[in-house]
Amino acid sequence: MEVKLSVRRYDPESTNTVPHFQEYQLEMDEAATVLDALIQIREDVDGTLSLRCSCRSAICGSCAMRVNGEAGLACNTKVIDALPSDGTAIVIEPAGNLPVIKDLVVDFQPFWDQVKSIEPWLQPAGEEPEGEYLAPDEDMLHLAGVVSCILCGACVSDCTVLEVDSNFLGPAALAKAYRFVGDPRDDADGKRLKALNEEGGVWDCTRCMKCVEVCPKGVAPMDRIMSLREKVMDAGHTNTNGARHATAFVDSVRHSGWLDELKLPIKSFGIFNLKAMISLIPLAIRSQRAGKVPPLIHKNIPEVENVRRIFDKVENKK
Amino acid sequence: MYDHDVLIIGAGLAGMRAALAATEAGVNVAVVSKVHPVRSHSNAAQGGINAALTDRGDDWRDHAYDTIKGSDFLGDQDAIEIMCREAGDEVIAMEHMGAIFNRDEEGRLGTRNFGGQRQARTFFVADFTGQALLHVLYEQIVKAGALVYEEWFVLSLIERDGECGGVVMMDIRTGKIEVVRAKAVIMAAGGLGRVFEPSTNAMICTGDGMSLAYKAGASLMDMEMVQYHPTTLKGSGVLISEAARGEGAYLLNSENDRFMLKYAPEFKELASRDVVSRCEQTEINEGRGIDGCVLLDVRHLGEKYISERLSQIRELAMDFANVDMAKEPVPIMPGMHYQMGGVKANVDGETGVPGLYAAGEVACVSVHGGNRLGANSLLDTLVFGRRSGVHAAERAKNTSHLSIDDSAAKPDRENIERLLLNDKNESFGKIRFDMGTAMKEHFGVFRENSSMAEGISKLSLIKERAQSVYVADKTNTFNTNLLFTLELGFMIECAETIASSAFDRTESRGAHTRTDMPDRDDENWLKHIVVSDKDGKPNISYQDVVITDWTPTVRQY
Ligand SMILES: Cc1cc2nc3c(=O)[nH]c(=O)nc-3n(C[C@H](O)[C@H](O)[C@H](O)COP(=O)(O)OP(=O)(O)OC[C@H]3O[C@@H](n4cnc5c(N)ncnc54)[C@H](O)[C@@H]3O)c2cc1C
Ligand code: FES
Repeated sequence: MEVKLSVRRYDPESTNTVPHFQEYQLEMDEAATVLDALIQIREDVDGTLSLRCSCRSAICGSCAMRVNGEAGLACNTKVIDALPSDGTAIVIEPAGNLPVIKDLVVDFQPFWDQVKSIEPWLQPAGEEPEGEYLAPDEDMLHLAGVVSCILCGACVSDCTVLEVDSNFLGPAALAKAYRFVGDPRDDADGKRLKALNEEGGVWDCTRCMKCVEVCPKGVAPMDRIMSLREKVMDAGHTNTNGARHATAFVDSVRHSGWLDELKLPIKSFGIFNLKAMISLIPLAIRSQRAGKVPPLIHKNIPEVENVRRIFDKVENKK
Repeated sequence: MYDHDVLIIGAGLAGMRAALAATEAGVNVAVVSKVHPVRSHSNAAQGGINAALTDRGDDWRDHAYDTIKGSDFLGDQDAIEIMCREAGDEVIAMEHMGAIFNRDEEGRLGTRNFGGQRQARTFFVADFTGQALLHVLYEQIVKAGALVYEEWFVLSLIERDGECGGVVMMDIRTGKIEVVRAKAVIMAAGGLGRVFEPSTNAMICTGDGMSLAYKAGASLMDMEMVQYHPTTLKGSGVLISEAARGEGAYLLNSENDRFMLKYAPEFKELASRDVVSRCEQTEINEGRGIDGCVLLDVRHLGEKYISERLSQIRELAMDFANVDMAKEPVPIMPGMHYQMGGVKANVDGETGVPGLYAAGEVACVSVHGGNRLGANSLLDTLVFGRRSGVHAAERAKNTSHLSIDDSAAKPDRENIERLLLNDKNESFGKIRFDMGTAMKEHFGVFRENSSMAEGISKLSLIKERAQSVYVADKTNTFNTNLLFTLELGFMIECAETIASSAFDRTESRGAHTRTDMPDRDDENWLKHIVVSDKDGKPNISYQDVVITDWTPTVRQY
């Protein structure tokens, strides 16, 4: 079948260093992957195209890039699935949120720095046993779902928080952190959770779901971040904006059945945090102009008891 | 120019295990890898790692015997004993470092069956054991703070008066070429799968290490022993792990017949890989195949079991063959998978070149002989990786750097300049493909004298053509076009040594099966073929197989 690819090119050594798109027309097999197409370009059409790839089977994590605007592995994306129905070209770009080195090759250093910052190694307590540590199979199977992360960076590429805040640890590093916190053999939870509670940690995720959508291995980083939030709070770290925000959110809904948006920032930042309060003024003015300021008097919804009953039920279950 | 006590080429399991051991010994260690460590090919290992744990009622001697029999009695028994004896400690060490492993009801490490073995002694993490172990070793490297030259490409080893004193390497990102001096260099650069087309191996498995060591004066051994894995997908060559058969999968021919019952009544689908691959190829050749394939059937295991223990494999079959294994059998065929041979090394990793060590798939300690058992390679990388690290560190403590300066990089600089100036129009992709298909045709599952001779002459033409590869990319930044061209040179060198070794062995043993000489000949051939470079041509010599307790017998499964 005939396939058109539009590939974003960038050569830092060329006189024209503005990235541009180059179109290629190929004849491909029905079963071909986007990676097959790129390899065909590189081998038969244009040897100057640079990209990383190795295993061809979605395990080495080399070939994450954006296909039609969304991150994924070129080697497990079928050409036939990526072909736009209107006959236009498949658009191939380097992974996002990381500096481009050349063509589809990005600089992973910020990614590795994030991963390294969570102390990514097992930290057990006490003497090593002579044989293996005993651990329940279910716990290990559960961890396998996170350990199967191949560190390809697809989640980081499309993370909407990293787009605006490079301090955020990012979905991959946080999922990796969960892998240790969730490991019955690891004894550094206290230290780990304290660090994850800091700025750039678990509270910076906006729950946009993008990482869950693009992850090629079903790791669901955002779900891991949410589990970490719970563990952070269970560990008694309730005195941060994020934790207070979560508590205030829950309290409000339990009390009135819906969210009191006016109280939320006050409770999250603390009423005496003048700097934060002042920083919210422009937002308040904009909301006012757009007619989006919530009512000053926050009333309970009818039959709020039902909402409270849900809370009781969930809490008893825990 | 940089200086290190121990420099390790390769950040797969062998390289990183060596790095950890050398770091623990207290010397200055650096690792160089052409890809980031976690991208190394070790991550492709799906099935598991073997070890006979005594507290599970197993015995390392049984493991050793299965390995020796698997090797068709070409493996060196002293080395095999060491590997099998140290296996348990290595697996437990990996667990202590953080590897999760599947467990039994008591929370201890669980096992699965694997081919050619009478005991279930394969420890595993679902079906991504290699990735799980590789990431754990990377974590330990980060913890230890070992220096890694990530995405640097080794161009050559520096040899002075028969000793190895360092390497010349290129920063892929900038094209900068540097000389690195080291008191000991450990070669852990992995296999050469891409010499064959198709292959289960990643695109980075281009035999660099074997070729680099060979050119620096080291010998290669058992190069004729190329493993064809029984279950690979048609076209892409992607592997469906032996774990599938370990968990109970059947092999069926076009008549829906479980043909392995006939060839290997005791082990059935779990006979040694060389045996199963030959049986499949025979079925296909005799007209009981389907489109050049036979079928792998796991449906009877049930969807739940499949998704718990074989999820990755199921995904691979869906992605690359459009088949849901829980619902239909998947067509498979024998495919090139592993090189049993490699840089001749002893059990401490020492090659014939002082200062140069080798471990992992790149090496040949000869623990695999004529045929490697599934899940013995990960074990080989860890056991001999560790031992090389320890011994290289020891050497480094007792030697000083050779007098080498930046001029050592001159030949590589000139070679690259020459390649970039080539204007003739041969593409590396086309040459590699032609080489790979020639290797498959003439040195695949079945071999024969005149066919091999034809293969050898094809190779010399290919070598000619490779002189005029056109490198379109002239830049210094991430010039993958140049890298492939350099790798092509390494691959052709490996191909030549495979071909000349195979041509020389006038019997059938292990993976080396000749239709014109179908019998094993213990009288004349209980010996390894050793190749070294003599004026640019492979020169063959022999070394006797080491036999300790197990005398060769007829091999039946
Ligand atoms: C699909 C598949 C499944 C497998 N499953 C199993 C299994 O279940 N059990 C088992 O025991 N074995 C298995 N094997 C075999 C096993 O995975 C490998 O033999 C083993 O992992 C090799 O490890 P290594 O450390 O020697 O090399 P690799 O992991 O291949 O590492 C080689 C390293 O060398 C570096 N390198 C290479 N050339 C250069 C250069 N020129 N410059 C700088 N760096 C360089 C690379 O970057 C890499 O870091 C499998 C193999 C395949 C292909
Ligand atoms: S090439 Fe390895 S993940 Fe795509």
